Amino acid sequence: MPGDETAEQLLPLLVIIPIFAAAVLIAVGQRLPGRLVGAVTLIVVGLVGVGDTAALIITWHRRIVSWLGGWRPGRGGSGVGIAFQADQLSAGLILLAAGLMIVALAFSWHYFQTPGSHFHALMLFFLAGMTGFALAGDIFTMFVFFELMGVAAYALTGLKVEDPSAVQGAINFGIVNSVAAYLSLIGIGMVYARTGELNLAELSRSLAGDHSPFVVIAFVLLCIGFLVKAAVVPFHFWLDDAHAVAPTPVCVLFSGVMVELGLYGVLRVYQVSFADTAVADGIGRLLLVLGIATAAVGAVMCLLQRHLKRLLAYSTIAHMGMFLVALSTGDPESLAGIMLFVLGHAAVKGALFLCAGILLDRFGSIDEFTLWGAGRRLRGWDGIGVRSIFGLAALGLAGLPPFAAGLGKSLAETAMSEAGAGWGPAFMIIVSALTGGAVLRVWLRVVVGAGSEPEGIEAEGMSGDEEQMEVDVGEDIPNRMIISAGVLVAIGCGLGLVPSISAGVTAAAARFLDTHGYVAAVLHGRIGYPRAAAPAPPGWDLHGLLLSGLTMAAACAVAALAVLRPRLPGGQRPSRVVRTPVRLLRRMHSGRVGDYVVWLLIGVGVTAAMLAPG
Amino acid sequence: MTAVLGYYPYAVAGAIVLLGLVGIAISRDLVHAVVCLSVCQSGTYVFLLAVGFQYGGVAPIFGSTVHRGTPVVDPVVQALSLTDIVVSAAVTSMLLALVIQIAKRRGTVDPDELRSLKG
Repeated sequence: MPGDETAEQLLPLLVIIPIFAAAVLIAVGQRLPGRLVGAVTLIVVGLVGVGDTAALIITWHRRIVSWLGGWRPGRGGSGVGIAFQADQLSAGLILLAAGLMIVALAFSWHYFQTPGSHFHALMLFFLAGMTGFALAGDIFTMFVFFELMGVAAYALTGLKVEDPSAVQGAINFGIVNSVAAYLSLIGIGMVYARTGELNLAELSRSLAGDHSPFVVIAFVLLCIGFLVKAAVVPFHFWLDDAHAVAPTPVCVLFSGVMVELGLYGVLRVYQVSFADTAVADGIGRLLLVLGIATAAVGAVMCLLQRHLKRLLAYSTIAHMGMFLVALSTGDPESLAGIMLFVLGHAAVKGALFLCAGILLDRFGSIDEFTLWGAGRRLRGWDGIGVRSIFGLAALGLAGLPPFAAGLGKSLAETAMSEAGAGWGPAFMIIVSALTGGAVLRVWLRVVVGAGSEPEGIEAEGMSGDEEQMEVDVGEDIPNRMIISAGVLVAIGCGLGLVPSISAGVTAAAARFLDTHGYVAAVLHGRIGYPRAAAPAPPGWDLHGLLLSGLTMAAACAVAALAVLRPRLPGGQRPSRVVRTPVRLLRRMHSGRVGDYVVWLLIGVGVTAAMLAPG
Repeated sequence: MTAVLGYYPYAVAGAIVLLGLVGIAISRDLVHAVVCLSVCQSGTYVFLLAVGFQYGGVAPIFGSTVHRGTPVVDPVVQALSLTDIVVSAAVTSMLLALVIQIAKRRGTVDPDELRSLKG
């Protein structure tokens, strides 16, 4: 069938086109006017986005498998070729990456006036890395694209070379992620030493029934890189540093899709290759323990921040914790819920980062206290736009119906209760309320000007303060900034309303967990999905709406308490019971890369202990 | 004896990786930290090559002297190491360039004096 051939050729093009365009931009970008570079980048990302959409439409009905250069496996289903595989989840993730990148580029039109085209070329490399990682069908290709994505991300973090804190953030990010990637590479070497294979589908056959501890150690090392990228405690330290200093449009991509890709890597490798090994005994326990720790650290640190971007970064960490905990049940319903949650989270978190970028652009600061009441100074439609987008996105983050994040959370809660984890909904509500409450608190103080003006608190030296627009854009906020943020909020809301999206994630979850289907498609070309009755699209029910209302109330209570605390009796100074652990937690986030590497090694030990058989 | 010798390259690889990690953990100089990172990565080359090594094996270039039956070392891990070296060059040069920027702006590369990222 000719259609099959076209679809096969599509996948490598999605990686090659942005890399080629980036190389051209680096070579000739110096001589091109800035507008042209921006336009070319937008067109290329748009093209990739169209290709991603086509891939997603095709994967709705069947998988796409592409062997690069036609190096297909032989009759027995083994060979040395490199495979790309797309199912609904990977196609959805690459489309999410391209979509967020279009919004980020639109927002940052004229953001950087430095000569040359480094920002745009790096964004294209970053897109190519993320796309290749999501499509890669063998562990070494995953590693290569993981590093491409990483190197582009370090460079984007340190883009503002004149700001030393940005450069230091980039170095911390680079060193921690590279160390983790090398541990992953050792894991890959161990797997290869054991089986002589790298392809995920081939590994699925040769590792089946292998219950030796060797395989567990290989899996732990292999996953360290992905866990670091996923910002799972205690591997998360780089994330808040990088988010605090990276340009705002880049943060949208980091929080919205790069971190989630780390989690995708763990799930993909486990599901296809390691599901029938000794790892399977402990994986649920591992995800649960790491998830609870991640959510707890993320939520508490989120409440403690006054630097808005750092606060949003910790909220991302807390959300990763929720994803891990919900996924620890391992059933398709919670995976479907988490997919929707990831989509909705990317939209509203992106909108919040863009609002932070607008505030930074207007007022030259991102400190919650310095900015007290600043939102009231925004006049006219601009002010209304920013106020409502920020507020809606904050509520959406906490799970306001009908936002996709709320629906995803509700589906995951239902799935967890049905899987026997009755405490699941309570956990999700508490974490959502704490992080949502922290963002709402900022909204109340900064945008509405609630509470009293903070006095006697000197502005700390805020990292990332020096990031400002390099072009004077005049008095008004450029429309494209508000529109970009508004579009993200609208999408975040709309995704929760379209029944075919929730039906799609349900089907996608079942197909992602279908290991036999993956292996048959990659090795034997049987790319069709098994026939299954179309499930009824899950949606809001009374139970979900009630829990969602409870989350909203709790989030608002957290925000109100935080704003009014100085007026409450005894609110000026928290008791020692609170202060000591808080100080300890703050000291852990020291900003020193040496400490982060030690935490990484501790994390390796904990992960191995969790997966140890027995 | 040969069984012990068989594990020797893995011990060397592990030691190099650990030395690199310890170096980063106690580093008081960002250039030193970046170099330790590439030391750490050198351990992965040793490890990968050890995985594919075979006593008496020759380079896997098939021609007049090397035939189907000739023992050769595994070419796949060599390809992996080569890719790994390319990645390493990119990462190390990137990070060193960033360190130069810090040194230019702040006049120091001691992470303790650059405490601008405290949580």
